[in-house]
Amino acid sequence: MEKHKFRTAMQLFTVFFKIGAFTFGGGYAMIPLIQKETVENKKWITDDDILEIMAIAESTPGPIAVNSATFVGYRVCGVFGALMSTIGVVLPSFIIISLISLILNQFQELRVVKYAFFGIRAGVLALLVKALWTMFKKCPKGIVPYTIAVAAFIISGILGVNVLIVIVGCAAAGLVASLINAKKSDGGAAK
Amino acid sequence: MIFLELFFTFFKIGLFTFGGGYAMLPLIQEEVIAHGWLDSSALVNFIAVSESTPGPFAINISTYVGIETGGLFGAFCATLGVVTPSFVIILIVAKIYDSFRKNKIVSGCMSGLKPAVVGLIGAAMLSVGETVFFGESFSLSAFTSPAIYIALAIFAVMAVLAFKKVHPIIIIAASAVVGIGVSFIPGVTI
Repeated sequence: MEKHKFRTAMQLFTVFFKIGAFTFGGGYAMIPLIQKETVENKKWITDDDILEIMAIAESTPGPIAVNSATFVGYRVCGVFGALMSTIGVVLPSFIIISLISLILNQFQELRVVKYAFFGIRAGVLALLVKALWTMFKKCPKGIVPYTIAVAAFIISGILGVNVLIVIVGCAAAGLVASLINAKKSDGGAAK
Repeated sequence: MIFLELFFTFFKIGLFTFGGGYAMLPLIQEEVIAHGWLDSSALVNFIAVSESTPGPFAINISTYVGIETGGLFGAFCATLGVVTPSFVIILIVAKIYDSFRKNKIVSGCMSGLKPAVVGLIGAAMLSVGETVFFGESFSLSAFTSPAIYIALAIFAVMAVLAFKKVHPIIIIAASAVVGIGVSFIPGVTI
């Protein structure tokens, strides 16, 4: 392997390690830091690339952080770059959580920690409500998306149907609805 | 074999979840509880730990579940599992970017997946709420204990703070302080 390429891949590792180590809340919280490091500091990619990466990361499966790291790494330095960026972004979490798990279980049995988590669980529910509201606002508007959202809620939450089945079903429903829409507007244009 | 099971379960989770943040929660909740790897309150506790530590939720939870069930190598397998689908799919998409963006099938599926994630997180929240207010499962007798009303009050206050854009870590810390305060109220057991 070329020396230059190897050095770039190592820089990708370092940059994404830093991104992984210093962003709380994952995915979307990482985008500004990725922009600052890879566009402003390193000039590896452009602002347009960042928008492209966000669009791609949202429409492919998996965590946004991993998707973005892989995509930037590949753009800058091929498959090896993608690998080093991905390892970089994952490693801080892996190390920190491994260490925390050592103490978490011992502490969880303490009375004071049990009460702390009693409060924390109520706080987490509040955070989830806020996160759901944010996602709802970003979601497409209209009868079809609202119907899909409500149907997914009822089928999974109340009827208890497997989440995977709901995901595949909703993707199919979205596809059918968009094909019907496309046909309608084609027909309209022909008239 | 626990290592293969961890790898393939988290591979499935990585392959079938779209969108950031808590989009993975519904599937993680279903799989992790069905396998008996964590109970529902341990999972909700861990959401708080993940919010207070750096890194994506998906990586944090797979590392944690892995290490709890299969040690350090278990953590490695689970994390590798959740990352692999992303890695492979992004490499493919990066090569065929333009045709991917313009593909009608991809955009059609996405138009169904975006609202589906909202509905599914709503459903996941329903069972998180059950855990928060009733412990492991719903029961009417919970209403006779003051604990449920205290939890409701904490939830209401923290929801207001969350919508006022108070940082999640501050909300978690404040909830912990209130929770510890509850331990000093005589007659309240959780």
